[in-house]
Formats: sequence, C-alpha cells, structure tokens
Amino acid sequence: MSQTVARDPAVRSLMRQSGYWRDLDWILLIAALATTIFGSVLVWSASRADMAADGDPQSYLKRHLVTVGIGLALGWFASRVDYRSLRAYTPFIYVASIILLLMPFIPGIGTTIAGARAWIDLPGGMTIQPSEFAKVAVILMMAVLLSEKRDIVDEPSDRDVLLAVAVAVLPVLIILVQNDTGTVLILGTVALSIIAVSGARTRWVVGLIGGAVVGILVAVQLGLLKEYQVQRLTSFINPSEDVTDAAYNANQARIAIGGGGWSGHGLFEGPQTQGRFVPVNESDFIYTVVGEELGFVGSAVLLLLIGIILWRAVVIAFRADDMYGRLVATGVIAWLAFQAFENVGMSLGIMPITGIPLPLVSAGGTSMMATWIAVGLLQNVRLHAVRAGA
Amino acid sequence: MSQRSNLRLLVLAVLVVSLLATLVARSFYLQVLEGAEYRAAAADNTVREVAEPAVRGLVLDQAGRPLISNRTTVVVTVDRQALAQEPNGGAAVITRLARILDMPRDKIADRLLTCGAEGAKPPPICWNGSTYQPVPVATDVDTQTALSIMERRREFPGITAKLQAVRQYPSPFNVNAAHMLGYLGPVTEEQLDEQGQTEAYDRLRRTDVVGRSGLERQYDGILRGKPGVTTLAVDTAGNVTGTLEQREPKPGDYLVTSIDARLQSVVEQQLVAAVRRAQSQDFAGTSGAAVVVEVDTGRVLAMASYPTYDPDIWIGGVTKRQYEQLMDDSSLSSNAYQGQFAPGSTFKAISTAAAGNDNFDLYGIYPCPSRVKIGAQTFRNFESNAYGPISLTRALEVSCNTVFYEIARRMWQEAGGPDAAVDAPDPIAEAARTFGLGSPTGIDLPGEASGRVASRQFKYENWEAKKDAWCRNAEEGYPETRKTNPKLADYYTALDRENCTDGFQWRAGDALNAVIGQGDTTVTPLQMAMVYAAIANGGTLYQPQVAKGIISATGEVVEEFEPIVTRRVDASKRTLRFLRNSLPGVTTDGSGETPFAGFPLDVLPVASKTGSAQVTGDKAATSWFAAYAPANAPKYAVVMMVTEGGTGSKTSGPSVRAILEALFGVRGSSVNPGASVLVGGAPLERLPAVRRDGTPVVPRGSDAGVPDIRAAGSRS
Repeated sequence: MSQTVARDPAVRSLMRQSGYWRDLDWILLIAALATTIFGSVLVWSASRADMAADGDPQSYLKRHLVTVGIGLALGWFASRVDYRSLRAYTPFIYVASIILLLMPFIPGIGTTIAGARAWIDLPGGMTIQPSEFAKVAVILMMAVLLSEKRDIVDEPSDRDVLLAVAVAVLPVLIILVQNDTGTVLILGTVALSIIAVSGARTRWVVGLIGGAVVGILVAVQLGLLKEYQVQRLTSFINPSEDVTDAAYNANQARIAIGGGGWSGHGLFEGPQTQGRFVPVNESDFIYTVVGEELGFVGSAVLLLLIGIILWRAVVIAFRADDMYGRLVATGVIAWLAFQAFENVGMSLGIMPITGIPLPLVSAGGTSMMATWIAVGLLQNVRLHAVRAGA
Repeated sequence: MSQRSNLRLLVLAVLVVSLLATLVARSFYLQVLEGAEYRAAAADNTVREVAEPAVRGLVLDQAGRPLISNRTTVVVTVDRQALAQEPNGGAAVITRLARILDMPRDKIADRLLTCGAEGAKPPPICWNGSTYQPVPVATDVDTQTALSIMERRREFPGITAKLQAVRQYPSPFNVNAAHMLGYLGPVTEEQLDEQGQTEAYDRLRRTDVVGRSGLERQYDGILRGKPGVTTLAVDTAGNVTGTLEQREPKPGDYLVTSIDARLQSVVEQQLVAAVRRAQSQDFAGTSGAAVVVEVDTGRVLAMASYPTYDPDIWIGGVTKRQYEQLMDDSSLSSNAYQGQFAPGSTFKAISTAAAGNDNFDLYGIYPCPSRVKIGAQTFRNFESNAYGPISLTRALEVSCNTVFYEIARRMWQEAGGPDAAVDAPDPIAEAARTFGLGSPTGIDLPGEASGRVASRQFKYENWEAKKDAWCRNAEEGYPETRKTNPKLADYYTALDRENCTDGFQWRAGDALNAVIGQGDTTVTPLQMAMVYAAIANGGTLYQPQVAKGIISATGEVVEEFEPIVTRRVDASKRTLRFLRNSLPGVTTDGSGETPFAGFPLDVLPVASKTGSAQVTGDKAATSWFAAYAPANAPKYAVVMMVTEGGTGSKTSGPSVRAILEALFGVRGSSVNPGASVLVGGAPLERLPAVRRDGTPVVPRGSDAGVPDIRAAGSRS
C-alpha cells in the first residue's frame, strides 16, 4: 500500500516534511498487521466448510479481505489527520455516530442478527454495525471534554466529568435497547478508564464502579434483562450440566479448544471447526479455531500479538505530550483489552457469552474498520508526541 | 501530567497484563492440562442429517395438461429413537400401532429393522435409511386413523402421521404414454458409487427415489428438486445435542413436453386399431409403434408403442413378480425408439437420394420387370407385378423393387463387385448414414437403440466375429443333428463352410436386399420419422426432443429448449426436391392410394411411402406407413409400424390417415383447423403458464381432457 500511496507527489512531499514513516510506531504497525493476517487465515478455515456447501469455499475470505483493505485505508487516514482539526470536528463525529446508532430502528434499514437489532443493511448484502463506530466517537468526545484547560488545572471539574459520563450514557442507552449487551460492557469499561486516567477525583472512580455493579444487579433482579440474556450471561458458570442452546455453544467451544492440545490438529484439520460444531466460529467464536487447529502454541502466539499491540498502546499513552492524546490512547487500550478478554474469555468459558468479535481477528467488517481506525489514532498520538519532543 | 493520572494509567496497564495472563493461563489449563479429556469429547461429537425429499416437479404436455402430477397420501412414520426410550423398546407401542393400522405386527417390526442388521429381511422390507430418519411403515392411511393416532400422542410416542406426495398419472384423454413418462425407483448402488464421496446437502441418499426410465430418468435432476436437510449434533450415546443447520426443501422444476395429450391419445388408439386390423387379417400383429414429429423443429408431438403397460403399477413399488412378468412380455421397452426393425420399402426414399448422389438420372426411364436374375438367384417384385419402362417417380409410387435392384446392381458393380475392398464406395449405406440411420437420433429419452446399416464393412466385421464358430462347425459337420437328420446336417455344414471362407463378401444379393430396406438393415420407427421430416423440411436432420422447456414450481420460465440440428443431410437440393415432388404421388396414384380414398388431398396434399418388410421364417411382413403433410408446406411427419402386420397400405395406412385427420381437423372432405385436436390448430409457440401456487393453466372445458384438471394439477 505504501508504494502506491508514495507515487502521489503531494503525498511524497508531505511524507518528507513530517518524517511520517520514520516516526511511526513500527512495532505496533507490524503487530497489528500480523494479527490481521493471522485472523484472516482463521476466518478462512472457519468459513470454508460453511461456504463449500453453497459453492465457492473462498467466498467468505474474499469478502473479509475487502474489509481489511478498507480498514487499512481508514487507519492510515486516522493516523494522518491533524490533531487540532480532529478535536474541532469531534462534536460532529459524535452527533453523526449517535444518528448512525439510531438508524437500525428505521424499518427497512435495520436488521436483527442473533437477537440484536444493531445492524444497518447496505446494498449488496453487506451490513454495518454502527455501535463499532460509536466506540471511536465516545473515546474522542470524552477525551476532548476531559482534557480542556488541563495545562492550568490538575483535575477535571465535576461538571466536565458529569458531561463526560453523559456522553457515554447516551449511546449506552441506545445500545441497551438494541440488546447488544457486550458492547454496553465495553463502553462502560472505556468510559471508566478514561475518567480514571483523566485524574478525576477518586470518589468519582469509586462511585462509578459501585454504580455499575449496583446497576447490573438491579437490572437482573427487576427482570429488565430478557430471560435469554440472563441465560446467556450465566450459562458459562456450569455449561456441562445443561446442554440447551445457550450452553451448547459454550460447551462445543471448550471441547474444540481443549481438543487442540499443545500444537493442535493442524490448519483446516480441526474436527470441531471443520465439522461445523461451533456456531459463528468465524466471528464470535474465532478463538476456538486457533485453539483447536493450532493448539496452545498458536493460541499463545495470537495472545502475544494482542499483548504487543496493548504494550505499545500503553507506551504511547505514557509518552503522550498532552492529556487529550493520553486519554484517546487510554480509551483504545481499555476498548481493545476488554473486548479481547471478553471474546477469548467466553470461548474459554470464563466470561459470559455476548456477541462481540475479537478485534482485528474476527470476520465482521465494521469491527475490522473501527479497530484499524483505533490503531491509526494511536499512531497519531505518537506522531504528535514525537514532533512536539523534537 | 499529574501524578494521579500516571498512577492510574499504571493500574490500567497492570490490569491489562493480568487479563491477558488470565487468558494464557486458562488456555494452558484447557489445552495442555485437560486436553486429553476434551479430545475424547470431540471424538464423541458427530453430525447426523435428516433429509426430507422435495416434492417432485410435474410433467406437462404442450398445452399445460399434467401428464405426471403428485397426490398426497397419509404416511405413518415411526421414530425409532423415541421408541427406544419406551419400556421394552416400544414393543407395546408397535402392537397398538399394528392394531389401529389393521396390519400384521411382524410387518411393522420387520420394517423397523435396519438393512444388514441381525434378522433383517432383504430390501425393500428392511429400512435402508438413516437411524435418525423416521421410518415410514404404512402409506395411504385413511384420515380417520391418522387423526386418532395424532390425538393419542401418549399412546403412540414417536409415531407420526403426515402428508406425503406420491406420483399420479392424471391421464388426460386417457393417454398412456407410459414409455416416455417412465417411472421412479429407489436409487441404485451404481448411482451412489458414481456420485462418490460428497458432503453436498443435495447429494443422493440411500432412501431417495429417482427416475429409473423415460423422462423421469432423463430429467431426474430437474424434477427432483433439492431436499430439505436438518443437521443435528449427536453425542456417542446417540442423543441429539443441538441443531446445527436447517434447510427447507426446494420443490423440483416442471418439465414441459412437446407431447400433446389429446393427439397422443388419438395416436395410441390408432396404433391399437392398426394392430387389430392386422389381427383381423389373421396376422399376429405382435407389436407396433407410431411417431408424430414437427418437421421444422424435431419436436415429438406424440409417440406410442404397442404393447404398453399401466404406469400406475409402479406407484407404491412393484413386486419382483410383477417386474419379471413385465420384462417377459417386453412391454417395458418402447418399440418407437428402442425396437429395431427392417424398414422395407420406406427405405426407398433413401435409396433414391443415394441414386441422386451417385449421378443416376432421377428423371430417366427405368425398366420395371417382374423379376431380375443375378447369378443363380432370382429377385422378384412384390406380388411379381411388372410395370414396363417407368420413371423413377412412378417406381416410388408403385414401389417397384426391380428398378431399385438395377440401380443397386450397377453401384455394386462399379465398386468392384464381389472383390471390392471393405472401404469401397457404397452410396446406399452412405445415404442411410447421412439420414441418421445406424446411430441413435439423440432423443432425450434413455436407452435409445441405434439400428444398423447393412454394408460391406458391417458384413466384414460380422464375419470377423463369427468366422471361428462357422469354420469349426463346417469342420465338425453338426454330428448331433446328423444322427437324426443327415440331410439337414449336410445343408448346415455347406452353409457354414461357405460362410467360413466367403462370409465377408458383400455380394450382389446383399446389395439388392439393402436397396429395398431388407437384409441386415434395421431402423427404429423414430429414426424413420426423422428421415421423412428431413425430406419434408428440405434436408435438415433434427435431433428429436420430447422436452420443450422447464418452468419453476412458482411459475417462472427457467429454460426453453431450442431445436437441435444434427446435420444437413448429404443430398443435393435437386434430389430432395425430386423426392418431395414424387412422394405425394404415392398417396394419389400409388401404393398409399387406398387408405386415402376420399381424403381431401386437393386441399391437404399428403406425401407418403409404404413398406412391407419381409422377415425371416414364415411370419407376416412388417407393415410400415410413413407420411408428411401438407406435402406443399410440410408441418408434421407421421410414421406407423406393425410387426407381423401385413402390408403398409392395408394395416398402418388407415391409422396414419386418421392421425392426420385429427391433426388438421379433417371432417369428411373438408379441412377445418378449428376441429384439430391441437387447441388453436397448432402446438403452442410458448411454454404454457404455471400459476405462482404451482397449478398449471390448462385448456378449458372439453379441451382439458380430465373432468377436474385443477385437482389433478395441484401439488398439495
């Protein structure tokens, strides 16, 4: 990609000026690319058997690679966009993402997948999931609010914190109505992390954690969550007892991963994967594919790659030259870390089953694009710090 | 930045590390420490497919009338999985079921055993499907019984009564068409082998029923549709643990044929009438066939074979005994495209084309004596008639053998006589081949016969194959026969000695036999219909087709079949024009005159050729009548044949006339297209319409052909 871009003379002069390629966090870029390629192979393996029944076994992989291409382009853009104009445009981005979030409710546009009315139909059979973009918008908007005037005061005012909480709560409420519990948990973690790192008073942090716990308990007690949501959330506790639909997935996923052993059955050779025993193993249960076919060694490599990405993100957050950059990086860390933990954890049977993808790995175009935007934003924060330091 | 922010970021980093560490540790625990246990669990996991066959597509005639449709029947099935949960393997349930169905208990018990299991009866009694598939134990159960089974769920665990589609033949106008329509049967071992190992959900399964003959077989893939398949996850104990996938069945497409039910009915009746006519002349009239094709497309409008059988016998499976009986009287194969017969004088049209190709003067005068002598042999005319010097047209009209003998003798001489090389030119055989004889026409029906063209080459190959036996017999001198009849043994020995030494020789007698369609040449009646269609349309030999198009079960046109040209026959325009100018004379002034007495030939000229082919032994001749009409603008060719039937003119001629009358709406001496058996006087240009619910739009009133065509056409 870099070659084709570099052929444009305007781009080339820009690159020389800023030393863009020299100053990039190369370890982050390579780790993210490697994770994406690894993921594509897993998606291929998971979808071959399903697609073969309808003709072209590679059709799903091809579609996946198209979204990878779009994701890389968006990431490049996110890393290059000017810091100040990004801050200026953030309110518009936020409002746009809220509008996008509401679109699935419009009849004829929205689609319900796995019980969640959270997708927008596009022509050509593609769908997009606006809540993925909402994660980016919430991070940017909270970072703007909590980094105002920070060269003067040490901690954000109560008013700013309240506003930031409101910024997170609005999309959370919409997504709750759409039944997308997994994304709600991620947004909560992201908001909490940003408020904590912004330096807000400790009582805010403690209060918000307490509030979240009480909120979840009340929701379950009052039956605000639908029965299947509770069942999904609790089936991970003892899946072998009851082989109903909800627990079936968790059980099959664990059998697949456990059967992988040290080195796995080999790519395209996993009996659970190729026999299509694990549902949605190209997205929500993608970890079962690496677990079964490449064993503990392959799983550890994948987790290591994700670990490298998060390590670089933490370094970028520490070295950020202003609070805004740090908070953006913090939001991305919380997002990617918690989403990866939730996704892999549910395949491993230590987290409740919620329908969220593994960043950069799972099939699912919107997630791929949003995650590459996140990687681009991390690079942007780094480039800003390098230039300020130079 | 503030200390507090740094500290909290550090806490977040530690949290992130611990989350990842948790995942790695949990992975290690599951995969390495407990791996073996999960490997065993994975091995226990298997999938089972439960397939539900799709409703087969209908077969329609050209006007949309169903020739094959489906009716629903109530089938009682037993789910052996559920039965196994009952005390004593459900023995009490089976007893109750036998009582309510009023059938022997053992019959149900036998049916429930998987083929190959201990004590299982041979198929089709045993069950050769999947363990997870409910086993049908009774069909055509009356609704009352079905309802009481379904109402008493607790007494009949695992027993279901459901509706299932089976084939039925609505028989508009009482058509039979059994050979063309074909029948269904269980999938064969060969078909399963041929398919090989495949996971495709629409693969053939052991329980599938497929087309075994006729259109049902030829277009099986189109008519069968795609099955509905439910994929279940099953553990080692055989318990269903989940549903992995569910596909709805897709009903089969409809096949539209070019057959017109009403015309087919007329042709079938007329064929039987011709056979009766033969029998009334004290001939055996053992078998027969009739074909009607469109000369400009090669589409088959009607095709009948005698004897035939009732297609309904296949419904619900035929017993071995019934099958053997059918095989014995050979009514299972169609004489129209699977029977091979000497063409007799209908072959003379081809001989005339051969003469034209070999530069004989088509407009010359040829002597027609009552007999010709070649060597020691005498070859006679039919009934030893002599007509003196006549034109070739007249020779065709009166079917003068001796004129054609002379032509054949000259060709034979030219090629080198008895010493000619095997590949010496043979205009007669070449003309026969260019008109499609000796190879299958390619009709869209399975099992077509190719017929045979007598030639030097054929004779040589035949000799190669048989000479060892001939020479050995000549050597041994038939010792067994000699004991009782030394004279006959001498005769056989002499014959075999001659065959042994000279059997490869294409002699003058062979050439003379070949030119009048006798000897070793055999054809199918369908081939002959295509020959006369080619003459009629100016020399295009079509590949005959029964199927005209495909319509989906929801009424969309899937495909329309175009006419297929096999080749342009190798005969000059001049020769073909000569034939077209000559053949109408057969009907007005020749051997076809008698059956067409009183027919309005001035309005509707008919070209024809008769044939009375001699067969070995003292059997009566094979009666042939080939015709096309209108002779000046040909539309249809009609060929009829009756074995051991007598002359073409007396036995087949009147039936061909009746068929033409029905086709063109001839009433007495007037022609009224409105009276044609074809609705609107001609076959439909387009495919007939099928409604979205799958019912075909059929002609109304008396044109419908059955009292309640809607019911007959409905799929439900």
